[in-house]
This record gives sequence, structure tokens and C-alpha cells, in this order.
Amino acid sequence: MRREFAQSELAANWIALKTIVHREVRRFLRIWPQTLLPPAITMVLYFVIFGNLIGRQIGDMGGFSYMDYIVPGLIMMSVITNAYGNVVSSFFGSKFQRNVEELLVSPVSAHTILLGYTIGGVLRGLAVGLIVTVLSLFFTRLQVHHLGVTVVVVLLTATIFSLGGFINAVFARNFDDISIIPTFVLTPLTYLGGVFYSISMLPPFWQTVSLANPILHMVNAFRYGILGVSDIRIGVAIAFMLVASAVLYAICIRLLVSGRGMRQ
Amino acid sequence: MSSALSIRQLTKIYGNGFQALHGIDLEVAEGDFFALLGPNGAGKSTTIGILSTLVNKTSGSVEVFGHDLDREPYALKRCLGVVPQEFNFNQFEKVLDIVVTQAGYYGIPARLAKERAELYLTQLGLWEKRNAASRELSGGMKRRLMIARALIHQPRLLILDEPTAGVDIELRRSMWSFLTELNQQGITIILTTHYLEEAEQLCRNIAIIDHGRIVEHSSMKELLMKLHVETFLLDLRDPLRVAPQLNGYPARLIDNHTLEVQVEKNLGLNGLFTQLAGHGIQVLSLRNKTNRLEELFVSLVEKNLTKVAV
Repeated sequence: MRREFAQSELAANWIALKTIVHREVRRFLRIWPQTLLPPAITMVLYFVIFGNLIGRQIGDMGGFSYMDYIVPGLIMMSVITNAYGNVVSSFFGSKFQRNVEELLVSPVSAHTILLGYTIGGVLRGLAVGLIVTVLSLFFTRLQVHHLGVTVVVVLLTATIFSLGGFINAVFARNFDDISIIPTFVLTPLTYLGGVFYSISMLPPFWQTVSLANPILHMVNAFRYGILGVSDIRIGVAIAFMLVASAVLYAICIRLLVSGRGMRQ
Repeated sequence: MSSALSIRQLTKIYGNGFQALHGIDLEVAEGDFFALLGPNGAGKSTTIGILSTLVNKTSGSVEVFGHDLDREPYALKRCLGVVPQEFNFNQFEKVLDIVVTQAGYYGIPARLAKERAELYLTQLGLWEKRNAASRELSGGMKRRLMIARALIHQPRLLILDEPTAGVDIELRRSMWSFLTELNQQGITIILTTHYLEEAEQLCRNIAIIDHGRIVEHSSMKELLMKLHVETFLLDLRDPLRVAPQLNGYPARLIDNHTLEVQVEKNLGLNGLFTQLAGHGIQVLSLRNKTNRLEELFVSLVEKNLTKVAV
């Protein structure tokens, strides 16, 4: 009896999870001029200006042309900003319009809600990452050095930033609050995270400081997956990402169960 | 008859120290059409918020069809449909998507969800609008959309927080007949409303809450029996200059053709008409000055206000 009940709860939560993911995908596809088009245009400009025009003057980096070197970083940049942006704007939007109450009054577990939003963020990150990857093929020949590392790193990175976006959305009280972290934290960390340069170009002190930037590890691990070169140890980077995902997940669940920012 | 809702010693103190509920007890029987009335800020929405888990209670217990809020929150939620006071759906989503998505949250497979969505949207006159963005709907349509959404998982207890606020009379009446039909099908309904006529017409039992306390909890019939005096307005055929002296019936002129008379229940109306005939006054029509429940409601709330002030 108890087993049957648990199975029916599981089946109900599986349908609920598919519903949330479907709703999230429908949302970012419906507003594609705001979600999918801008990163495509921005990245094409990066490829043309940094990769092509300035890159020709820079020459090789890490044994690759500058264009080849920055492509993995720019793909990761797109994944990071879009995974984060999807969850923070979708969940805060639900709070703002109060339709988050539809979820809170229904028998959906906190894990299902969090997984639904996280998968939504990951899917948007992957969709934009794929668009940027396809666009990069107009500028360079992309070869994947290690498919497993590439896939694991991009999935973990999208997961981490989806969870980060969720935490931001829980604490946000107005629309300013959802743009502060992306503008003042994510963008500087991404630019200083080895997207455009190898940290071997920096003085030793700044190399050490750079290692404290989590995005550096993600970008370099992904670059290793594509090009086979990295400034950091891949095993450490993946272990760090696994731990970060677990910690952020636990924080999100705690926030959801407590109802912070959602229940009075 | 088993209990649909059982609330015991429910207390809510908000973070700012405001105590919205002072240990209320409430019992609603299965199949009932129940009115929860109270002035603004009385604690109605807090109570509904706790039932729907949008507000965390401070203490006390809540059971819906025997499912305890703390021990079996998911089972409780499956029994419960809530129509909140304010619109709380995504304004950019289509009508059909809102209802079908809500079904998904309750674990209802997509095909069944679409069948039910068609049923309820048709019954509530929204099927033609199924592909419209919800923000394009009128106020009345938005209210009906929230009812369809609350019914999609076929709850045994439906709570409606002022469902007819801002709805025109024609639509209000069609919503009344829809809710009556639902109740006849066996769904227990709890209604909060500002239209006391609505509560009197629809509900069999009633609780009045004020300043976080239940000040009355009885059947509508018993409650209306407590009304000792009713005020009537009489429309007169011929104009009067001064109000007539009526023994036992205090009267005053509202205008030349309208006489207001207070009638004690034990005196009845026959004596009044005999005296009016004696004065040669012809009455064309007669109506209640206020809704009967309204008179009681005001007197109960005023009584409670005096107590709280003391």
C-alpha cells in the first residue's frame, strides 16, 4: 500500500517535472528575440572583432590561432549568462506575477520544482551554446579534443549557474535585484576568467589570484575538451564543479522548503 | 457527515509582530456550502493562505478530509482547490496553457488534462478564448479562468476568496448557478465574499471572523433567526408631508413617497398594514432596506469592535 502510494507520488512528480520543463522551454522559445537572438548577434561581433580583426594582430595563443583560442571561452560565456539569466528572470517573474503560487499550492515536491527550473536553465544555456557553436563554424574549424570532458563541463557549468540564478531570484525583491549579480559579478568574473587570454600571460601574483575565480576553471576545462589545452588541472576543475553543484542545490532546496520570499 | 475542513486553535503572528489569527476553531462538513465572512483585515485571507500553504501558521492544526497539513501536506493539497482574491496567473500565457500546466503540477497526464480543460473552460464560457493570452481577458473572464484552473484536478474542497468581486450582476448570477451545481455534485465549497446577499443566497452555514477571532459560527438559518429587527422601505402611492405615528413601528420619511419602518420580528407586518390603512396610506411596494445578513453582520462586527476596544 505504502509502496503503491510512493510510486503514484513519483509518477505525479515526474509529470509535474515534465510540465515545468515544458513550460520553461515554451517561455524562452516564445520570447526568442530576447533570449536566443541577442547572444547570437553579440557572439558574431566578438568573432569578427576580437577573433578576426584584433586576433590577426595578436597571433597564436596556447599553440592555437587567437580565434580558435577564444571560441570555447565565448561558448562558455553564452552558456553561463543564459543559464543564469533564464532561471533568475523566469523564477523572479513568477514571483512578481504571483503565478509561483500555482506551484506552491500544488502537491509538487521542492526537488521537482528546483529540478524543473534548473533543467530549463540548462536547456537554454545549451541551446544558446549550440547556436554560438554553429555560428563559430563560419569563422573557424572546430574540433573536439575530448567529447566526454566537453559534455560534462558544459552540463555542470549550466547547472551551477542555473542554481545560482535560482538563489538570486529567491532573494530578489525587484527587477534591479536580478540584474546586479549578472552585471557586477558574473560579467567581470567571465571577462577575467580566461575567455580572451591565457593566465600564463599574467604576472605570478595575478595568476594565483585568477585561480580563485571559479569561471576560470570552467572555461579552461571546456577549452581542454575542445582544444586539449588548459591553464588548470581538469580533474580538480570537475571535482570543484561537482561540489559547487551539490552545495548550491542544497541551498536552493533549503530556501524552497522554508518558503523564503514566497511564503509569509 | 464527515468533516471536510477542521481547524483547531489556529494562530498566525506575522514577522512584524501583527497577530492575524487568535486561535480560531472552524469546522466545515463534507458537502457544505459555507460562508466565511469578515471585514477587511479580519483574517479571512490569512486563514485561506494557511490552508493553501502560502502562509505558514504559527500554531494550531488544520485537517482537510482527515489529512493533516503538517503530516500529509501533499494529500491535503490534492483535495483542495483555491481561487485567490487577486489574479495570480502568468499574464503572457495562453488560457489553455495555464489550465493544462496547472493539471501537470497535480500529476495529471496531458491528454486527460486537455479533456478536463475543455470541459471546464466550456462550462465557464472560456473555450473560445483558449488561445488568447490571459492578459487580454476581461476581469470577469480572468476570475472564471481562476475557477477553471482550481477545478482542473477535481478537488473535493473548493475555496473561493471573493470570486465575484468586480463582476457584473449577470455574470455574478451565472457564477452562482455554476457554484451551486458544483456543490450539488458533492464538492464542498467555502466562500468569502463582500456581497452578503451572495452568502445568504448560496450558503447553508456561516462563520464570521473579525480581528482574528470567530465571532459567529452557525447555520445561516439560525443566524438569521437572531435578527430581531428588520428595516423596510415602503413606496407610497400618495405623497406624505410628515411621517405617521405608528404604534410599535418607528417610522420616518425618506422622501415624500418613501417611508422607512422598523419592524420587530415578533410583531410581524400585518399590524403595520392595519395601522397604515387606518391613516389612509396606500403602499405600492415594500423592500428590505439592507440585506438581512448585512444588518446582522454589521451588528456582530460592531459588538466585537467594542469588545476589542475595551
